[in-house]
This record gives sequence, structure tokens and C-alpha cells, in this order.
Amino acid sequence: MADGRLQQTLWIVWLLATVGLAAWLGNTMLSEKADKGVFMPGPLTPGHHQLQLACEACHSEPLGGGEVLQEACINCHGATRKKPFDSHPVSKFRDPRNADRLENIDALHCVTCHTEHRPEIARHNGVTQPRDLCAHCHGDIAAERPSHRGMAFTTCAAGGCHNFHDNRSLYTKFLIKHLDESALLDTAVIPQREFAQLLDQLEDYPAGQYPVQVLALQDADADRGVAAGQQVHVDWAATAHAQSGVNCSACHQPQAPDGTQPAWSEHPDEQVCSRCHHLEAERFTRGKHGMRLAAGLPALQVSDARLPMRADAGHQTLGCNSCHGAHRYDVRRAATEACTACHNDPHTLAYEGSPHADLWRQELSGDLPAGSGVSCATCHMPRIEFDVTDWLTRVMVDHNQSANLSPNSKMIRSVCLQCHGLEFSIDALADRQLVDNNFSGSPALHVSTMDLAAAEKERRDSEAGEDGDTSMFGF
Amino acid sequence: MSIRMKSSIGLAVCMCMGVAIAAEPGSETVSVKAMADALHMVMDSDRTVYTKKIVNRLVKKDKVIKASEHFEDDQALALPAQMFRFGAEMVAERSADNPEVNFSYSLQSLWPVNKQNAPQTDAEKEGLKFIAEHKGKNFYTTEKLGKQEYFTAIYPDIGVAPVCVSCHNAHPDSPKTDFKLGDVMGGVVIRIPVES
Repeated sequence: MADGRLQQTLWIVWLLATVGLAAWLGNTMLSEKADKGVFMPGPLTPGHHQLQLACEACHSEPLGGGEVLQEACINCHGATRKKPFDSHPVSKFRDPRNADRLENIDALHCVTCHTEHRPEIARHNGVTQPRDLCAHCHGDIAAERPSHRGMAFTTCAAGGCHNFHDNRSLYTKFLIKHLDESALLDTAVIPQREFAQLLDQLEDYPAGQYPVQVLALQDADADRGVAAGQQVHVDWAATAHAQSGVNCSACHQPQAPDGTQPAWSEHPDEQVCSRCHHLEAERFTRGKHGMRLAAGLPALQVSDARLPMRADAGHQTLGCNSCHGAHRYDVRRAATEACTACHNDPHTLAYEGSPHADLWRQELSGDLPAGSGVSCATCHMPRIEFDVTDWLTRVMVDHNQSANLSPNSKMIRSVCLQCHGLEFSIDALADRQLVDNNFSGSPALHVSTMDLAAAEKERRDSEAGEDGDTSMFGF
Repeated sequence: MSIRMKSSIGLAVCMCMGVAIAAEPGSETVSVKAMADALHMVMDSDRTVYTKKIVNRLVKKDKVIKASEHFEDDQALALPAQMFRFGAEMVAERSADNPEVNFSYSLQSLWPVNKQNAPQTDAEKEGLKFIAEHKGKNFYTTEKLGKQEYFTAIYPDIGVAPVCVSCHNAHPDSPKTDFKLGDVMGGVVIRIPVES
């Protein structure tokens, strides 16, 4: 009997413990405020560590499965996962003829390759990615391209040759076109921005509320006891804002579309900037600087970064004004000093003494024309042709400074080739020591990409058919 | 063999194709073969217009612009085959959002410039060989890919313009360099899911 009672008691204890645990876990999962760390299968990769404990950013439904995760990936990364950028779009794998490949590797779902709670398998760029992913479908590449015979499957992405999602950069004809270029090109300038020139074509620019006109110091419409002529007004009067009819109230008291004006705001936030600069703001939230804002979290604090940062900048948070500064909106400061005020790694620290910085100083002093200097932003926030709509493109500073970082060969086309030859660019980006000293010197290693291209050109030249009119086709 | 056409696409296709594929007045059902034939007629006509009236005219006749597979870098016209593929990709994306209109198509060849466009499934291998050997005939079959049964139609893709032939013959990655005008250069494969 005693045994029976003990057993009964144990059953009750077990039952209560189970129910209690289930209730606690259930409450933790479903409660908005509860710390959900108990469910973490592991810390996040460097790519997503800022979202640590913001589980809902990806697991938007507590009981959702893979489809919820997929949606979360696409919410943030969808725009860059489309043609023409993505050479392996999902639509390619939905094609029934690739059904057998899908059984081999489920290319429809991001998590097949990217495992976000396994930082220990992340590559040096912070992205988790199997090293053999190309071989699953292209294992027979040597038969098609004899030049690739003997290459290990771990080398596909080396030197910037092949990226799963953006495979346009270094195709054969492109390589051949850029054979025998010198390290430094004669036309070493970067394109100029086009925002001001295209204002009248930007449908969502509120030109009706803020007509484009030149405003002077005395036009400043702040009436909050700020005397005209104070430094903030002087700063403002020198900006593109004043040149374009953007008065104090445009940011501090932005009109609603129906014309109503809210109360004066002392510290306008990113929402106000994005009324006119929404593409820049949107791109900002796609990168490491602004991704917490996209997830509805407070802005990133510098002390939370995993890269080496200056201790005295630890308290800074990341928003538009942290780089641009209110009122003065000095894009030159935003292009270098704003970066070096926080970043504290060898590459950043070496910038001041680099040839790039020397050119930048010469541009600032007026000794070189605009576009000749190389600031941090020149490479990390490049001016690229951006599709504003399906029908309009403008040269814009890409405020997603993470976009061309990983792997760094993504910089070759959008950045390096503005000034440098292709072979030099490939070699320089592959030389980690040269990257660390901010390109003070010449590449110490050589990637064989251009040698392959030269051999292919020789093959093509020797096999050129009798068809004499190939010049009209862009092979 | 037939699939039940949903009214939206049924109506749209009927409007394009008139009585050719409508089984009976007021009917919402068309044969899957007629559906595939109709789709192919639209695809083929659009691409022929692009090839003849845009690419061949501007590249070969007027000589004012190039056509290039790297058309963005080269500031050139997209090749007719690319224009066709872009359409196929857009259909793949749009039909993913609208499963009621579910079909896919692709351009393939026994002599593909891009080896990924070589026949892959048994039906493709058989069909491409058939249309190459039986000029003017289409190839129809069913096949199971993954867990889904498909009606698969393969139509000959003819070199209709001199630019088709000269470009493929001269392309460094083309395995065949002696195409002539009017040759079967490949095939359009249309797949429509059907119930087993």
C-alpha cells in the first residue's frame, strides 16, 4: 500500500511539474514581454546578432514553421534576391524540370543553406553557407569548361568568380574585355549623385508642400525663440536643404498630406528624413547600421557591435543624424569622419595614411575635381544606379553599407573598376593584408582568374569561325 | 485528358483564341492540349515579332545597335531567347502567387549555348530528339516530376531570322556551328500540372 501511495504521489508530482513547465513555457512563448532566451537553440551568427532575443523579427508567429521563417528572410532580403541580381531565383527551382535537383537540395528555402543559430559554422564574412553548395548541381563543370578541371569545390567563390545570388560580376566576356588593364585607369572618377536633378521626376517627393526654391538665412521659419543668425540657421543656410526649399518646419513640423501641421518636434527622427529620402532610409535599414530599426527595435548602440569600435563612441546610436549631423548635413563628414569616429579596426585606422585618403584630402582642398577622392563611403556606400521605380533610375548613395561587403569581391564592379583595372582589383581584394593596411601598397598575391580568361580568349580567337559578322553580337 | 479551367484564365484564353480551344459555348473546360497549343502560339508569335521587327531590323538591317546576352553592360538589345526566358521567369513568379493558373515553360535545345538548357528529363530528351527528326511536328506526353504529374508539350523552335542562325553558329559556347535558316534549333517545353 505504501508503495502504491508513493507511486500515486510521484504521479501527481510529475503531472503538476509537467503542467507547470508547459504553462511556463507556453506563457514565455506567447507573452510579448517574456525573455525567450530559453528557446534559443544557439547564439545568432554575426549577420543577425543584433536581433538576439528579438525572436519575433524572424519567428513572427510563435507556432509557425518554415514558411514563417522564409517570409521573414524575404521581408528583409527579398529585394536583393530578385533578378537581375539573383542568378538563382526561387522561380528557377520551381520549374518542374528541376524537381530532381530540389530533392537533392531544397533551394526554395533560405534556411537550407543559411543556418542562423550556428555561428560556429559561419564563414569569415558572417554568413553561414555550405562550402559544397555549387557541386550539388554543377559537379560536372569540368566537362563543360575544361579550364575548371581539377578545381576544388571550395574554390568556386574564390577571387569573386561565383556567387550563388549574384553571379553576374565576372563572366567570361567581361573578363576578356578587361584583360591587360593597368592597375590605375586614366579615367579615375566616380559618378555624381542625381537626386537634385531628378526631383521633378520623383513622384513621391512632396514638391507640392515644399516647392523647390533657394532659401536664405532670413527665410528660416523656426519661431521657437531661436534667433535668426544662430549657428543652426547658419549651418542650415549652407546646405542643399536651404537650396531646395526645405525650411526648418519641413523637418521640425512636417505637414501631413492633408495640410495639417503637427506640433514642433525638437528632434525629428528617421521617419521625417524618409519623407524625401525614403530610398536612402530604406537601404539604411537593410544594412548592419539600421537593421534593428527595420525589425522595430531601438536603434543599434555602438557598444553592441561585434567589430572593434572606439570605447568613447560606445554610447552612440545609429540613425540618420549620427553620421549626417542635424542642420549641417555635411555629406563630406558623413563620408569619412563619421565612420572613423566609431570604427576602430586595422582597415579603418590605416585609412588616414592610405593613398585613397590622400586623394580625398586633395579633393576636399579643391586640388582635384569632384569624384577624384576616395572616402570610406566611396567604397562602402558607393554611388550606384538605383531603380527608383520600374521606369526611373538615378545615381544614389547606397546607404546599405553591408550590401557589397560580403564577399568583398562584390565591390569590384560597383567600386574598384571606377578607377582600377580588373586584375589589380581582384588581386587586391583577395590580399587580406592589403585590405588591413587600407591598400597602402600593391597586391602580394595573384588570383588566376584573368589567366584563365586570357587562355579562353586565345581559344576563341583560334576557333573563330568563318561567320564574319559576329561583331554585332555581344558574346 | 482535361483539366478544369478556372473561369479567369479560361475566359482570358478563350478571348485570345476564340473558338479554337473552347470546347462548347459556355463551357469552362478546354483540353489541356489545346491550352498548351494556345499558350505556345502566343509565346511564339510574341518572340517572332521581337526577333523580326526589333532585333533583326535594328541589328542586321539598320545596323544601329547590337544585341547581346550581356545587354545591360553592353547597352544593347536583349536577345530574343532572353526576352523569352524573362517572360518565363515572370510567369513562374506570378503563377506562384496564383496557383490556379499553374503552368511553366522553358526554351531548351540539344545544342544549348548554356548547358543548363540541355534536356534534363526523359520526356525532354525524347521530345527534343523527336521534333528535330520530324520537322513540323509537335511532341506531347505526360511525365511525373517530383510528386506531380504533368502534361508536357514540346514545340519545335525554328531559326526564323538570319540573326538566330548567325548568332548561334558564331557563339563560342555553341556546340553546333552549322545551323541554317529554317532549321529546328531547339524546342519550347510547356508543362501543365494534371491530376494523375
